[in-house]
Amino acid sequence: MEIDARMTAVTVRNLTKAFGPSKVLRGIDLAVPEESVTAILGPSGCGKTTLLRLVAGFDGPDSGEILLGERMVSGNGSFVAPQHRAVGYVPQEGALFPHLDVADNITFGLKGRERRSGHRVEELLELVGLDPLVRSRFPHQLSGGQQQRVALARALAPRPSLILLDEPFSSLDAGLREGTGRAVIEALKATRTTALLVTHDQSEALSLADQVAVMRDGTLAQVGTPHEVYRAPADLGVAEFVGVAVVVDAEVVDGSASSDLGPLFVLPGFDAGRARLLVRPEQIELVASPQAGVEARVLDVSYFGHDAAVRLQVLGSGRLVTARVLGTSVPMPHTVVRVSVTGPVAAYSPED
Amino acid sequence: MLSILVVLVALIPLFFVAGYAFSIGWGKAVTLIWRPRVGELLRNTGLLVVGCVALTAVLGTGAAWLVERTTLPGRRLWNVLLVAPLAVPAFVNSFGWVSLTAKVEGYAGAVLIVSLSYYPLVYLPVAAILRGLDPALEETAASLGYGPLRTFARVVLPQLRPALLGGTLIVALHILAEFGALQMLRFPTFTTAIYDLYRSSFNGPAANMLAGVLLLSCMMLLTLELRLRGHHRYSRLGRGSARVIPRRRLGRTTAPCLLAVGALTALALGVPLGSLVYWLVTGSSTDFPLRDLVATTATSLGLGVAGAVLTMTLAFPIAWLCVRRRGRLTILLERSTYFGNAVPGIVVALALVTVAIRFAPAIYQTAVLLVFAYAIMFLPRAMVSIRAALDQAPPVLDDVSHALGSGPLETLRRVTLPLIAPGLGAGTALVFLAVVTELTATLLLAPIGTRTLATQFWSNSSSIAYGAAAPYAALMVILSAPVTLLLTRNRWRSMPV
Repeated sequence: MEIDARMTAVTVRNLTKAFGPSKVLRGIDLAVPEESVTAILGPSGCGKTTLLRLVAGFDGPDSGEILLGERMVSGNGSFVAPQHRAVGYVPQEGALFPHLDVADNITFGLKGRERRSGHRVEELLELVGLDPLVRSRFPHQLSGGQQQRVALARALAPRPSLILLDEPFSSLDAGLREGTGRAVIEALKATRTTALLVTHDQSEALSLADQVAVMRDGTLAQVGTPHEVYRAPADLGVAEFVGVAVVVDAEVVDGSASSDLGPLFVLPGFDAGRARLLVRPEQIELVASPQAGVEARVLDVSYFGHDAAVRLQVLGSGRLVTARVLGTSVPMPHTVVRVSVTGPVAAYSPED
Repeated sequence: MLSILVVLVALIPLFFVAGYAFSIGWGKAVTLIWRPRVGELLRNTGLLVVGCVALTAVLGTGAAWLVERTTLPGRRLWNVLLVAPLAVPAFVNSFGWVSLTAKVEGYAGAVLIVSLSYYPLVYLPVAAILRGLDPALEETAASLGYGPLRTFARVVLPQLRPALLGGTLIVALHILAEFGALQMLRFPTFTTAIYDLYRSSFNGPAANMLAGVLLLSCMMLLTLELRLRGHHRYSRLGRGSARVIPRRRLGRTTAPCLLAVGALTALALGVPLGSLVYWLVTGSSTDFPLRDLVATTATSLGLGVAGAVLTMTLAFPIAWLCVRRRGRLTILLERSTYFGNAVPGIVVALALVTVAIRFAPAIYQTAVLLVFAYAIMFLPRAMVSIRAALDQAPPVLDDVSHALGSGPLETLRRVTLPLIAPGLGAGTALVFLAVVTELTATLLLAPIGTRTLATQFWSNSSSIAYGAAAPYAALMVILSAPVTLLLTRNRWRSMPV
């Protein structure tokens, strides 16, 4: 575990939880640094929402500990009820109170005069990038993205040190998701609030979080920066979950490998022997020079405008690979091109 | 624990009939049931159910299709008018007809008049489905070469089937329990026979065994209904908002269609109301019993409020458990209360009379027993309303409220109660309406000297004092109207009546 100068906002130690016979969490250890956004990334049913609910205090764990800052909120027989944890919660689809307007939703968690005066409503609306005019609207009059932002403003209003976001963007249209996600992160950074974000969307986790915890079958398979998780996944399973993976067999000697795709540099950590190499599609480049790379035939192209996915068959070995190229240099199908791999690749022993 | 007790109380009629059949022994039970008289009643009841189911299905579906899927002028008004017959109790409707002409007595008249009273029970669910149908399905059918008639038969009708079957089954249950209308139309069925036996001779065994046969028929229908309910899906699949459904242009058929809907409204609503007005006007030439009217209205209101509050109070814990703590036991509890739907008022009354005389003579001939009968009969209605209300307050809102620092009590006050209050209010109103227009159990269980609108109306109209009966009926209709209007609003459309 990397040592961070910052304090730890949430510490989870050896947490387990079972519902009847199914073990949902099988020993989770996680540290969330203060003022960071940590994404818990996993397929549906991996236990990530359960973990979030335990941190919020909606459920109690079977064993293990949860600390918020220095304070033990679960474990050793102690349990702090959710209303005394001062943890913000943004559920799926926002879950605004349908009988209250936007202003009353936002001030719900405030006490006494601060609630009645409502003078923080505008500040909070501005914080999440909403027009102050929406303050008197009711939830059903808002779009999905607006509801989500109001839900965040409501959670931020009591100034919690930690916010929990449960798949907050999954119900939004693709076009709205990016902008809403950015607005949420900016609001969190502006208020220096720590956040734990649960998602099954790889690009959301990689683009919004400072730290990504990949969850699989109730355990954390890997915790690291988005870059580490993408470029140096703990195993090929994680690799395939966080992005498209081209896997090539090779023989590694002294940190370099000879493969169907030519000679490759291997990331430190794997010395020698037979290996399976992880190549990301954007590492595969089409090259003009007739000396570099290996020959491959273009099978077909999915053109997205800004870029394109090119499916290729390497001549000789017949291996199928996918390359991701810029939209400005897309080859024609059935032509033969030369490809080479840039940058180092991660290597795994074949037994994994 | 409390919920189990409530369910046991709700199941008293069932225990009573089963226990009675058991206590008199198999042989005696068979001789009591296996009589030509019972066969005749069975035939009558069966024919009536078949006739009414067919007629309500045609009337309800036709009217729903015209209002929801065509360019019929004045659709909003028609929607209200077509549901409005629910505000007129079936026995008041028959009174309206019988007091004008004796020709409606007998099978044909009974089928017509009872169907006119109950077709909204088919109209409401079918209209709800028609409104929610994805137009893309019909467009797809058209693109595959289907004409409008074939599209209706092969695409629309299959989707209506659950609503249609569910609605007609509820109609059938109502007919099995119907007493006042059929007595007035002189068409003997199980219910009227049980009542006559009980009234004339206090003939315990025969009445009780008839009640057993009746209950059995109801249970069979209810089981059918439950099975249908299991795999029945109202909502559209897929995401995104439904498009506005294109309506079928009526063109030259507009006038005949208007005429048809108008005729239906005239028969179902115009005749009983017109007849009431006629008797009010001619009856008022004799003395107008203002003091009696006020007193009986007060009694009816009092019983209505007491019945509604008790029913809702008993139903609330069960509904809460079913929504928030779903499990095997709670599902069983919910199913058990649902059986109340299948128990006709007359069986509830018989059971409570016998049980009270034997085990709690102190409450026999008191309003307490009557209010308990209402609670048993209308528990399912209250359950459905409360469940719908609780669905307005999903548990995630509790989570959010807790995370924002509100404890359980504060959450109840600031989140849960404000959200479920409208639904609880509507449920209370529905039960209140049902109690005020309830006739059968009230006739049998009301303490001597207690007069309600329904019983006063009944005693006057059975002695052919039509003018004297009319004001009581009019008051019942006026009390029912606002609650019925509630049913035409979107939110409460799925409420059972």
